[in-house]
Order: sequence, then structure tokens, then C-alpha cells
Amino acid sequence: MNRYCIGIMLIVSILLLSPSQTLAGESLMMATTTSTDNTGLLDELAPLFEEDTGIELKWTAVGTGKALELGRNCDVDVLLVHAPAAEKLYVKKGYGVDRQEVMYNDFVIIGPASDPAGIKGMQVPDALRAVFENKAIFASRGDDSGTNKKERSLWDNAGLDVPEKKSWYLQTGQGMLSTLRIAAERDAYTLTDRGTYIKYAHSHQGNPPLSILVQGDKSLFNQYSVIAVSPENCPDVKYDLATSFIQWIVSPDVQKAIGEFRLLGQQLFTPNAQ
Amino acid sequence: MEYLWQGLFQALELLVSGDGQTFSAIWVTLRVSTMSITGTLLIGIPLGFVLGYQSFPGKKGLRLIVDTLLSFPTVVIGLLVYAMVSRQGPLGDFGLLFTVPGIAIGQIILGLPIIIALTASALEHIDERLRHTLLTLGADKRQVMLSTVWEARYPILAAAVTAYGRIVSEVGISMMVGGNIKWHTRTITTAIALETNKGQFGMGIALGLVLLAIAFAVNLLLHVLGQKTG
Repeated sequence: MNRYCIGIMLIVSILLLSPSQTLAGESLMMATTTSTDNTGLLDELAPLFEEDTGIELKWTAVGTGKALELGRNCDVDVLLVHAPAAEKLYVKKGYGVDRQEVMYNDFVIIGPASDPAGIKGMQVPDALRAVFENKAIFASRGDDSGTNKKERSLWDNAGLDVPEKKSWYLQTGQGMLSTLRIAAERDAYTLTDRGTYIKYAHSHQGNPPLSILVQGDKSLFNQYSVIAVSPENCPDVKYDLATSFIQWIVSPDVQKAIGEFRLLGQQLFTPNAQ
Repeated sequence: MEYLWQGLFQALELLVSGDGQTFSAIWVTLRVSTMSITGTLLIGIPLGFVLGYQSFPGKKGLRLIVDTLLSFPTVVIGLLVYAMVSRQGPLGDFGLLFTVPGIAIGQIILGLPIIIALTASALEHIDERLRHTLLTLGADKRQVMLSTVWEARYPILAAAVTAYGRIVSEVGISMMVGGNIKWHTRTITTAIALETNKGQFGMGIALGLVLLAIAFAVNLLLHVLGQKTG
């Protein structure tokens, strides 16, 4: 009996006392939107960052709304998000500093190929009005993410109230890829960033059940930016590392790498740092 | 249906090929669950002893509260722990958010009611005569406690197995407090949630099988221990 007890105690103490995997170097904590993570862009960039600067990049992928909240609570050092209006307000309130634009792609409205509301090729406001009038099923993120904020503003632009309680309006409360899957199962329309849509198409061998119906409108522009969490609001934040990251991601080489990140031969993000 | 077969193959492939991300998730899961179950047992058994063996006013009410906490939803625990360990929270200075010990705090809160309630139940059913015999033999308070707990070792072991099962399979706390950070706090369950979100159902099932394999190994170990002490 003693042998076994000692054996188990040994295993337990090895597990308890063993250090975390990485002790080397400094690490930077980032909160970001689901699209940069789900597409695999960060898996591509993080090793490059570590190679160039010796700083390890750790990130948690949440909606833009929650990412901003994590920054406000001083739980992360830097943000990579996509809701320009909310970001500017955030910086103005003193929670973030050094906001820099990094890259963009665009939003697209996608839906089942049968297109029950007949929105293909329409302008955004007309398309949304058609969805509204036909009571066609529309899947919304419903999670205060960047995409959700954009979608709500589009209903507004079309002169409609956000169809909050309509039976055909599904608020998934989940990330972009999950919402795409729900939309596909329910034959629903939805708004997505193009990067995640390409990733989704990629996982369906380039033949996804939902296709792009509305695109190319100015209002569908999707800008991603980095923001350092304000060292005044959060004295313990790693502001110097955040600054290195911001300088790194807007540098010409990295901007080029972002432009070269492709799936199915398509570019997911277009770099546009000033 | 085909996801199941695909998952089975993928599980074998991941384990055999020594896939780095999978082994990192396994390692994190083992570390955090060991930390949690150890903490849970160290705190829970003495409290369970007090609740099941001692008499004091308000005992019934306390017992009701502990039993209610058996239904504590993991996301609520996650939320509470987040509020505590966030930089703005009362424990913010320790920097526990997005770390393995941070997750362990939440999982200990999850496991405690199980150990306390089941240990208390086990001790309530211990023969009264044991205490008298021990006292007659001149045992002091500490010796009474140790011997009584020792007599209840099988039900307590069963409680530990139950608590471990709940701890190793929870996802709410690991996700909220751990943040699902690759190479750091990505456990098997948060990895499953992520892969499923990405539509990689085969991968999700594969990781699920890996988790069950770990649970099997741990239970086997405890089972053998139970037999050896019989």
C-alpha cells in the first residue's frame, strides 16, 4: 500500500511543482477579436513577432466589446480590434493610447444560394429592408462584437430598428464561425467579415453552403486597429512591450506578411498602416 | 456519424504523432486538475469532517447551503473568480488572470461542495461506537479525526473521483479565467470548445477521447489504490 501511495504522491508533486512551459523572455498579453484568431492570422504572426523581438505574444480571442472591457480592467496590455467608433471613444475616455490602423478587409452579407428575400446584388439598405419585409431568417452575432456593432449600425442606416425581438432574427451570442454554421443550418442571412468567410469556405473545400450576396458597399469597410492599454489608467500594464508590438505590426515587413496571408488563394486582410 | 470514426482516427494520430498542441493541452489539463483536486481535498475533507461529525448550531442550514452549491454553474464561478482576480479586483495584484493557478482557484470552488457534502454524508454513517472506542483507548481529538476519516476512506475516495470528474470536464471556468491561451491555459475542454466553434468536429471528438483516456488512467490508479488499502 505504501508503495502506491508514495507513487501517487510523487506524480502529484511532479505535476504541482513543475514550472509552466515557458519561462523564457517576456510576454505580451493581447485581447483580440475572434476573426484574427479564427482565420489563423495570429498563429502566423506570433512566431514572427517572437523571432524579431524575443517577446512572446499571448492572446485571448473574444469579441471587440469584451476585448475593450479587458483593457479597461487592465487585464491585457494591447488590443487588436475592429470597431473604429467605439475605439475612438475608448481612447478619448483615457483607457487606451497610441491607436494605429493596421489592416482592413470588408464585411459581406451572405445567405443561402436560394436567396429567399432576393437580395443578391442590392445595395445594403435595400437588402436589409428586403430581409425585413420578407421576414427572412437573419443570424446576428448578438454579442457586442465589432461585427455586431457594424450590423446594428447597418439596420440603423437602412432606417429600420434593430429587429431585436422578431421571430426571424436569431441572436447567436457566439463567435463568427459558429454564427456562420448556425446560419447555414437555418438557411439564414448573416453579416460576416470577408476573412472569416474565406476561412469558412476553406473548411468546406471551397464550396460553402452560404454564398456572398451583397458586397462592395462603402459602409461595409472593416478597419482593424491596435491600441495600447493606457499606462495612466493601468500602471502595471506592459506599455513598453505593447509599444514594441505596435511598432512591429505597422512596420513594412510585417505589413507585407499580413498582405501575403492567404487561404484558397485569396487575401484575407489588406495592410493599411500609415 | 462519420465524425465519430474520423475523430477516433484523429485521436490516435494526435497521440502517436506527438502533436505539440495536443500534448500542451493535455499537460495543462493534468497540471490544473491535479492542482485543483489536491486543493479541494486538503480544504474539503476537514470541512466535511466538521460538517458531518461535529454538532454545532446551524449545522442543518449549513448542510443545505453546501448541498445547494453542488449546483453552482461553472460560468458563474468563472465570473466570480474573474471579478476577484482581474487587475481591478481585490486579488488583482497577484496577476492570476489567464494563468493555471487562476483556473485552479475556480475549480477548487467547484470541487469543494462535492467533497464537503459527500465526506459529511460518509461520516454521518460511521458507527457511533467507533468514537467511544477511540476515546476509551485514549485517543486525542486529532487522532479521533484521523481514524474516523480513515474508516470512511472508500466513500471519500468515491467523492474524490466524482470531484475529479467534474473538475477535469468543466469548460466555463477554464474559458473565462484561463482565456484559452495557446501553449499556456488551453486545456483539453477549452480546445474542444474552440475546435467545435471552428467546425473541426473530428478534432473535437478526438480531444474528447483523449480526455476520457486521462480520466480512465486516473480512475485506474485510484482503483488500484483502493484495492491495496483494503
